[in-house]
Amino acid sequence: MKIRISDDALAIACGADAVARAFIKAGAEVERVSSWGMHWLEPLVDIEGAGYANVSADQVDAILAGNAESFGKITEHPFLTRQSRLTFARAGKTRPISLDDYYASEGWLGLAKAQAIGAEATIETVLASGLRGRGGAGFPAGIKWKTVASAQSDIKYIVCNADEGDSATFADRMVMEGDPFMLIEGMAIAALAVGAHKGYIYIRSEYPHAIAKMESAIAASAHLVAPFVVEVRVGAGAYVCGEETSLLNSLEGKRGEVRAKPPLPALEGLFGKPTVVNNVLTLAAIPWILTHGGDAYASYGMGRSKGTMPVQLAGNVKYGGLFEVGFGITLGELVNEIGGGTDSGRPVRCVQVGGPLGAYIPPSRFDLPFDYEAFAAADALIGHAGITVFDDTVDMAQMARFAMEFCAVESCGKCTPCRLGSTRGVETLDQIISGKNVEANLALLTDLSETMKFGSLCALGGFTPYPVMSAIKHFPEDFR
Amino acid sequence: MTSLADILAEHEGREGPLLPILHDVQKLFGHVSEDAMREIANTLNLTRAEVYGVVSFYHDFRTEAETRPILKLCRAEACKARGVEALLPVAESQSRVKIEPIYCLGLCSVGPAALVGDTVHARLDSPRLTALLASL
Repeated sequence: MKIRISDDALAIACGADAVARAFIKAGAEVERVSSWGMHWLEPLVDIEGAGYANVSADQVDAILAGNAESFGKITEHPFLTRQSRLTFARAGKTRPISLDDYYASEGWLGLAKAQAIGAEATIETVLASGLRGRGGAGFPAGIKWKTVASAQSDIKYIVCNADEGDSATFADRMVMEGDPFMLIEGMAIAALAVGAHKGYIYIRSEYPHAIAKMESAIAASAHLVAPFVVEVRVGAGAYVCGEETSLLNSLEGKRGEVRAKPPLPALEGLFGKPTVVNNVLTLAAIPWILTHGGDAYASYGMGRSKGTMPVQLAGNVKYGGLFEVGFGITLGELVNEIGGGTDSGRPVRCVQVGGPLGAYIPPSRFDLPFDYEAFAAADALIGHAGITVFDDTVDMAQMARFAMEFCAVESCGKCTPCRLGSTRGVETLDQIISGKNVEANLALLTDLSETMKFGSLCALGGFTPYPVMSAIKHFPEDFR
Repeated sequence: MTSLADILAEHEGREGPLLPILHDVQKLFGHVSEDAMREIANTLNLTRAEVYGVVSFYHDFRTEAETRPILKLCRAEACKARGVEALLPVAESQSRVKIEPIYCLGLCSVGPAALVGDTVHARLDSPRLTALLASL
């Protein structure tokens, strides 16, 4: 009898290591696998397909003696059966650093296909898939690759943006900790397509487990992707380094200040060389696309939002975790049906989609379909598809103030609207919260938000107005 | 690696070596001192101002040693939605452990979350945080 327990950081934070030790002490064989992404059930124990939820070390004897109740077959759990897991096909099933497990589950087939069809056809396949950058901007990945491929240079780079700093997002972390070879394979395919020989994965320092897993996986698979070489670089606690040009400066060993565009990183990126900068989820989707074809991927989704999105349900949500699904599902289905509403049992007051730069959305707009264009039309953004659920105890004026405060703390300082605007925003919100000249200050804040939105160099200053203005628009009673 | 010279030698010839060097220096010494910055600048042919500019830009690097244990408590939106602000009185009722804010550990469905060294903690409430602080 084999006992399978995740060694994902979230499972460990919930006590999975102690549970695994207890099983080993009791003489059982334990296999540490990736996480199913059903976070409210962690530590989750998998015994021959049957799941045991929220297991603690003192329940181990009862489970082994057959005196504990399983919640049933894991793969038949409704949270999983409603998903379309392409990127997370291996989640919960394989050992993250096992090449045997990776080979046995379609591993390296995408790279073999790319090698067989060549660079040009590889890019055509990615274009046909309709895959758009999963980091937030939603730029078509195939077009970016084509630009880098056609740039003339003896040195080109693949840079994986693993600076997953948005609150409510953890899909990148789960890929790196649960299926690191998939990311390496995606990078190797990108390298082949554009003619690059070196790849960097820029991982935030807040993810020590992801850093360790990626480094082990790179060492174990170096011979399989050679002459392409992959290296991990560790961030140093700056949120703004998730912005691609800031990330490139950081990789070069500089302050993580944003660069003006143009030049595009695709033409003048890392060390001035043509560079593909893609998010973890973008690169992680590539092996499946090569293996199964661009059209197969494009058959999921809606409109111009093709394929699947690993949605992350977080915050005050009953059933939090990773839910990969084709674009087009509504926000209400995600929050109420799949997420089960709040964990506190109180009514949902709002959700924030897309991290600290995303808009607050009230339940009256839960009919919004998950689609880049539909969200943009509603003055909101999908971003990295993290959803933070709040119950009715939230004070939206405080959340608006936090958005400005966070921008002030994390601003790189290069452009004035972001550097000064965020601090003036905090001050103005403090006036509003203390009831001073509320209407005049709200008008001032609206004006300031416009300036930040249109005058900032990057999304940090440019999008901070989204949570602020959406909070004022949908929850005016919290400001007056 | 047991000295600054070892660290500098280890990273010789690497592309963009400054951040990896600073991480190693902080890991070994607990902080990045002014002497270390001078030595790093000399070796990389940078000005001291350039190295200081990088050290001061990133939240992770500290220029003075911290002798207390450090607990980084996530204060980002998802942990706020799960009640981290209500834990602040517990965190601030003691001074033996240094409490620092951190913005997201990717444990957003099981917050409030915290990081101590490389160890992650989730589902914190007042009793659990009190016990965790006492154990450091």
